Amino acid sequence: MAPPAETRLLEREHLDELLGALKRRGYRLLGPTVDNGAITYDELESAADLPAGWTDEQEGGTYRLRRREDQGVFGYAVGPRSWKQFLWPPRVRLWKARAEGDGFEIEPEPAEPSRDAYIGVRSCDLHAIASLDSALRDIPDPDPGYAARRAGVFIVALNCWQAGGTCFCVSMGTGPRATSGYDIALTEVLEDGRHYFLVEPGSAAGAEVVAELPARDAGADEVAAGERAVELAVAGQGRTLDTTDLKGLLYRNYEHPRWDDVADRCLTCGNCTMVCPTCFCTSVEDVTDLTGTEAERTREWDSCFTLDFSYVHGGSIRSTPRARYRQWMTHKLATWGDQFDTFGCVGCGRCITWCPVAIDITEEAAAIRATDGGGPPAWGEDGR
Amino acid sequence: MKTMDALLAEVPTFAGMTTPQLEFIAGCATNVRAADGERLFREGDPAEVFYAIRHGSVALELHLPARESVTIDTLHDGDLVGWSWLFEPFRWEFDGRARGDVALIRFDGACLRGKCDADHELGYELMSRFSRVIISRLQATRLRLLDVYGVGAPV
Amino acid sequence: MVPERFRVADRRQETADTWTLELEPVDRPGGFRFRPGQFTMLYAFGAGEVPISISGDPAVPERLVHTVRAVGAASGAICRAEPGRMLGVRGPFGSHWPLGDADGRDLVVVAGGIGLAPLRPVLYEILGARERFRTALLLYGGRQPDQLLYSQEIEEWRERGLDVEVTVDIAPVGWPAGVGVVPDLIDRARFDADEAVAFVCGPEPMIRFSAEALIARGVRADRVHVSMERNMKCAVGHCGHCQLGPEFVCRDGPVFTFERMRAAFGLRDV
Repeated sequence: MAPPAETRLLEREHLDELLGALKRRGYRLLGPTVDNGAITYDELESAADLPAGWTDEQEGGTYRLRRREDQGVFGYAVGPRSWKQFLWPPRVRLWKARAEGDGFEIEPEPAEPSRDAYIGVRSCDLHAIASLDSALRDIPDPDPGYAARRAGVFIVALNCWQAGGTCFCVSMGTGPRATSGYDIALTEVLEDGRHYFLVEPGSAAGAEVVAELPARDAGADEVAAGERAVELAVAGQGRTLDTTDLKGLLYRNYEHPRWDDVADRCLTCGNCTMVCPTCFCTSVEDVTDLTGTEAERTREWDSCFTLDFSYVHGGSIRSTPRARYRQWMTHKLATWGDQFDTFGCVGCGRCITWCPVAIDITEEAAAIRATDGGGPPAWGEDGR
Repeated sequence: MKTMDALLAEVPTFAGMTTPQLEFIAGCATNVRAADGERLFREGDPAEVFYAIRHGSVALELHLPARESVTIDTLHDGDLVGWSWLFEPFRWEFDGRARGDVALIRFDGACLRGKCDADHELGYELMSRFSRVIISRLQATRLRLLDVYGVGAPV
Repeated sequence: MVPERFRVADRRQETADTWTLELEPVDRPGGFRFRPGQFTMLYAFGAGEVPISISGDPAVPERLVHTVRAVGAASGAICRAEPGRMLGVRGPFGSHWPLGDADGRDLVVVAGGIGLAPLRPVLYEILGARERFRTALLLYGGRQPDQLLYSQEIEEWRERGLDVEVTVDIAPVGWPAGVGVVPDLIDRARFDADEAVAFVCGPEPMIRFSAEALIARGVRADRVHVSMERNMKCAVGHCGHCQLGPEFVCRDGPVFTFERMRAAFGLRDV
């Protein structure tokens, strides 16, 4: 197959040119780096901060870093952090207020646009960002902070060639190849002693940056090598999830005994919601200083696994771990569909890896499917 | 002027019973009236009768020692008033008071028990109908027991 | 997302733990327009914010009225706010009672306890244009007589042509209205079920049994409208707290058809 006209080839040693071009445009670089035994997303100074030569071993409740035999720059899956930490920060001040006489004055926090370049965004995370867009920006009352930060983001995607032990993007239709939502997409190739990146612009802004790079047109055989690399990620998927009528399946099984089974194991620690790239639930906190004259409201990440999450005068609607686990899983795989026309789950596997008791969303879904109770749907004929 | 069996046919609890059955029961029934505020029965008194309200309303009241007496239920057109005639010790559990002028049908309890003993089919028919009413009252009472309006744990 | 400032113009105690506040805008000119059934997020400086249904007359936007029950820190602080104090308001939010669906029909308003507050704007609209509806009827239940809202106003409404039936769970001897549950009021009420639209608001068990009683009488499930309540933080559909299945109660509700909510009432802990 002839390469698309825009596919360029950038040698490994020129990777920093890409980062430099973005820095010259005033972007703050955010991308993967080794920190405290994990690969997280943090500020990068240059390509030297990338985890070259590292890989991750992931399984249910297990995450370890290990040295690679080669110097692959992006030879790992995703870690405990996701891009939501930048787009929808864990703690944000919404406004401050000052008491004055019988009243008060409010000072809103301005919505600062970002100028961030995300380096190495996986396809699953691209879909996750699109999900956050649906939930926080493309709604009747968009969050101005999210919208401002999102507008200023430049995305350099990375087509995975090393799937993680808990990955199932193929099942969810979210990868491993990035198909949209990026400014530039990279495919890393290590083959026959060569190490290079295929570079494809995905937007006008991306094309402008690519034009500045010391890159040449990619040859057909090099593009084919890129295809083979991505195939490794397809073949290396750690999990599968049958999504056939998945919403209907869960809607029919709100009283399935499997919920009792998982409730016996779930600690309601909320790790899954912290690491999940699409979980967006937050809470607000109103505090005053000791004199009671200054007040402020902040918004923080929250989790539907907390007992208080569904509190209404006197008690919580979802007072049991069974109810709360069911809420999270049915939201991710079913009700999200009625809300946003897609799955909330992008198959990144983080929840499986970071669950201390290795609860596996794919296993839970399969268990319910195996003994479908076939009751009436919980929410209307087709949910609406 | 309607016959008693015709009046009984209008009581929802007896709706759909056959004319012979209603004529049979009519022998135990009389038309009575109570004036506003009149006490129909007192807690502890022998419960030898029960009522069906034709028009008007009856309050069931309970006297509580050292506390305000309470109205525990109000009954309206078509409702039956009184169950204590069915079983020993045949004693009223509450006071019954007319709210406004009330037109009632009063049934002689012993008479109706006698008729049920003589005609078991009639007896079964009546007990089924009474059970339905009692169950409905029980459900309503249980709902009130929940105190749904209180500030407590949500149900 | 930032509260607007309002000042308390009037404060009136309704029951032992409930107060009605009338607020006037400080920052917003031209009053506060809303539709019956909508709510605001009310803020007391430093104490917090709570969702409260608007209980005033939509035809009087100069006064924003809320009836609040003191159940926690924020609602307690709001209830203690004397005239002259400032409160914060965000809103109005949410869906509204669809009065248009009831034009030319029998409108049955069913309220329980403090659930009469979110329905009072409907009653004002009915009284302001009584000819829009055939029968217009309020069925109201509470725990005891001294816990009923707006007792005096209810008498005025009766005089102005609204049919009203009131019941309590238990009452002192001499209580002139009924003792019993709201579903029994529904069973006895005079309206044409085929042509009825019902608005139901109150504690969730009361809503459930009342809606079932209306359906048993033949009212269509998509003509029974209920107001639901869930934990709320942002009130604009992104904090996630108010989710009831796929619905965001703050944005898709709080008013829903009973048809939409029916399955939810059959599920536990959702």
